[in-house]
Amino acid sequence: MSVRPANSFIGSPIERVEDLRFLRGRGTYVSDLNRPNQLHAVLLRSPEAHGRLRGIDCTRALALPGVHAVIKASDLGARVPHIPLRLQPLPQLEPFHQPMLAFDKVRYVGEPLAVVIADSAGIAEDALELIDVSIDPLPAITDKSSADAAAAVLFESHGSNRAMVWTATRGDADAAFASADLVLKESFRVQRHAAMFMEPRGFVAEWDVESERLTVWGAAKVAWTNRRILATAMEIPETSVEMIEVDVGGGFGSRGEFYPEDYLIPAASRIVGRPIKWTEDRREHLMCANHARDIECDVEMAVAKDGRILGLRGMAYADIGAYFRTNGSVGPRNVAQFMSGPYKIENIHLQTTQLTTNKTPSGTYRGPGRFETDFIRERMIDLAAKKLGIDGVAMRRLNLVADADMPYPLASITPYDSSTELDSGDYHHVFDLCLEKFGWNEKSALQGKLIDGRYHGLSVGSFIEGGAAGPKEDARLVLETDGSLTVYLGSSAVGQGLQTIMTQIAADAMEFPFERIRVLHGSTSHVTEGFGSYHSRSTVMGGSAILLAADKLKAMIRESAASKLGCAASEVQIDGETVVTKGASHPLAGLADKPLEAEATFFNKKYTYAYGTQAAHVSVDPGTGHVQVHDYLSVEDVGRMINPLTLHGQAIGGIVQGLGGTFLEHLIYDEHGQLLTGSLADYLMPTASDFPVIRSITLELKPSPNNPLGAKGAGEGGIIPVGGIIANAVANALSHLDVQPMELPLSPPRVWRLIRDAQEAKRSM
Amino acid sequence: MPILAFRLAAPEMLVDLKYVEGLDRIAIDKDGVTLGAKVRWCDIEADERLATAHPLLAEAIRHVAHYQIRNRGTVGGSLAHADPAAEMPGIAVTCDAVLTLAGPTGERQVAAAGFFEGALQTSLAADELITQVHLPAWPAARRWGFREFARRRGDFALAGIAAFYDVDPRGRAVDPHIGVIGASDRPRRLARAEAALSGKVVDSASIAEAAAAASAEVDPPSDIHAPADYRRALVATMVERALAHAAR
Repeated sequence: MSVRPANSFIGSPIERVEDLRFLRGRGTYVSDLNRPNQLHAVLLRSPEAHGRLRGIDCTRALALPGVHAVIKASDLGARVPHIPLRLQPLPQLEPFHQPMLAFDKVRYVGEPLAVVIADSAGIAEDALELIDVSIDPLPAITDKSSADAAAAVLFESHGSNRAMVWTATRGDADAAFASADLVLKESFRVQRHAAMFMEPRGFVAEWDVESERLTVWGAAKVAWTNRRILATAMEIPETSVEMIEVDVGGGFGSRGEFYPEDYLIPAASRIVGRPIKWTEDRREHLMCANHARDIECDVEMAVAKDGRILGLRGMAYADIGAYFRTNGSVGPRNVAQFMSGPYKIENIHLQTTQLTTNKTPSGTYRGPGRFETDFIRERMIDLAAKKLGIDGVAMRRLNLVADADMPYPLASITPYDSSTELDSGDYHHVFDLCLEKFGWNEKSALQGKLIDGRYHGLSVGSFIEGGAAGPKEDARLVLETDGSLTVYLGSSAVGQGLQTIMTQIAADAMEFPFERIRVLHGSTSHVTEGFGSYHSRSTVMGGSAILLAADKLKAMIRESAASKLGCAASEVQIDGETVVTKGASHPLAGLADKPLEAEATFFNKKYTYAYGTQAAHVSVDPGTGHVQVHDYLSVEDVGRMINPLTLHGQAIGGIVQGLGGTFLEHLIYDEHGQLLTGSLADYLMPTASDFPVIRSITLELKPSPNNPLGAKGAGEGGIIPVGGIIANAVANALSHLDVQPMELPLSPPRVWRLIRDAQEAKRSM
Repeated sequence: MPILAFRLAAPEMLVDLKYVEGLDRIAIDKDGVTLGAKVRWCDIEADERLATAHPLLAEAIRHVAHYQIRNRGTVGGSLAHADPAAEMPGIAVTCDAVLTLAGPTGERQVAAAGFFEGALQTSLAADELITQVHLPAWPAARRWGFREFARRRGDFALAGIAAFYDVDPRGRAVDPHIGVIGASDRPRRLARAEAALSGKVVDSASIAEAAAAASAEVDPPSDIHAPADYRRALVATMVERALAHAAR
């Protein structure tokens, strides 16, 4: 596999080609699209968290001028279709799949009950208020204790609110605990929060009555999978459906998974026979799009007196909400499988129980399971170091996986068995570099110091980020007759700069000028099959597929040129504009009468593991409980950097999101299962001015051995360790009081209460 | 607007005051500062005279929401909306402001203290309009402080304190005013905290007394952003910091 040897685009800080369009307001988002004769959809959603659905009376709504239809579960055929699982599709989870519309029970506030179709969204909203819904309420299950008390069960056929258990194992945990000098046992909680992308979801769907074909605008992330799910639910061939990707305002794991609306809007178009448009509002997004991260965990760490971590044991409880959605198990599974992170922990027995509750179903959110489990692990390391009277920095260094141990197998997980190994890395080098660049030695004088009424604290911690999920990705490269190159790709753009990065890779692979390349992605008509953008996979998978396809296309170009120039194919050089051989040349434009096309697939079973270390300096105001971040540094090795600018943006953005999850973001329910955070005035997001001091350094130390680029998926990393690092820094700031945060978010009232309780405990001693 | 967007209110008629003339002036004279109902937060920020004519007002308004909102939000709108955590109602109550209300039968003047009746509740009648609010004259030597704490800059305060007092020749506080926002169902003055400070030299001991009194006399709400005991303690912290600023 050859790429341009010098002056390469790969590794250059190329400005995003998308930005000119976006920054000038010329993006085309789904709500910019309108089809002739289009109607609008608004969803009727359950006002109750749990109950039996007795009836939906639409008489008055249907009488409102401008209302065309109200579609209920009974209009969807003999059996209401359900949403299947995309990842870990275990048969025992089938009872927990979400129906497209509730028909017998409602299980969360916001669950779709009916679709109102009207001339405008405003009229449809007016009609909602004229629909009479009858629900016999059942007790709401809203957390682990009420799930276990089981005043009601969500799925009577299953008989319990505990749906399933994941088990991660490595070595012999019980033996390790028996031989440990210290066994530390603690409990942690991470609050429910979610991906809050700027542009909410939406679709325009058009059913063509004549050809019985469906077109859906608004596809994202995994268009091919969703086409399969949609075609199955609508009982039409996959080839009758075209999914079209338009610009999207962020994804973060949540956008583009299959939700009820992904089916309901197309189905409504077929029922009504006209194009239908639906745009999610923010309140709907907060109560309907996937939630994430809601776990409690009882965990034990076995440690030798020199600080070596001998084992991890414990049980996490993941509150997944009312249904198992497409990827609802990924986060809970990751909590168990990845708790060891970048540390050499040979003996593991960790489980996650997935609980069903009357809350919005959950799914992946950037760094799924990893943000949660890193909070727990990094806190445990500091707590153990304190107990042993050793330095937390030294304890981390002692336990990091060494370069010589690579590839290093992690715990295996079951059911839906999977094993994985850390691929490469010099974890110690990155750890020490982070300390150096952070100025750890100089700053450590601040540790625990009271300055101008605020206590200062520092912390450092390491993480890994999995990427490059298989099984494969397709790329199709076309040399057009005008000599330009078109790249068709199965990856999706969710704001990560895909177009820029893929153009860079294609430009180097083909030795083409940047400007002569066009990248088309994400729509189901472009390539045979696509697997989309998740698990930090696009660059590695799509990029590697481009390399493979480029080799094929270059061979085809050489063949064509050879016959045109009368030489052997091996003598032909391609220099971007022309093909050259000894003494003769021909422009690429017009080389062949029709476009030359090569399609290739990159197969991959092994994940990449980018890794890094982050450090923080915070101060705590004991009068308000406010934590200020004074400095935050991330050092990460991604194997091979395609574009330092976009990668830097990903790292900083991830850290800001992590700080949001650490300090601000919280989806709060009351005991009746009503969501209390229904707007961005109550669900607090970090804004541009909240965390101005974040630094990021990216390295290319150890390329991944698992793909031709040597790249490692790196879109999520920044977010992963933030909760643990900040909580440790707060604990270090307040070490004189022995304040130990065991729960996120670190809101001012929570930090204030920790301080007050510690002061009272100290006084009563 | 959020109330309309959430369909919590569906008024049959909305009246746009944009074209009503004469409500957008900031008038400053020897009697004090008069703000027209249509004066926007950015107008107050931009008016350099207020730094001396009413520094407490100028400081408090810097905490109102964000750039976009400061360009659109108005004095009259905030007073009529009567959010218990809003700065303008807090300043009006703390500073003994008088509101002018216009209705079909003419104008009437209402003291700010009596205008706010509860969260989002005022004595404004359905057919009345706030035309202006008058803040009494501000002596140049007056000591003042304003502190509020919000989850993020620009959010509604979890608690905030506006305080001022004059100083007699022996350095003692005269007629202290201490007003609180965000810690009860409406902005109010804290009589016991004021009493704790009145006639005393403002130092760490008297500040601590006033802070303790303030904390004891508020009856803050619990909500998803902060429990009552946190808000109660926060009131003490804000009193301490506002008065420390005043006495600096």
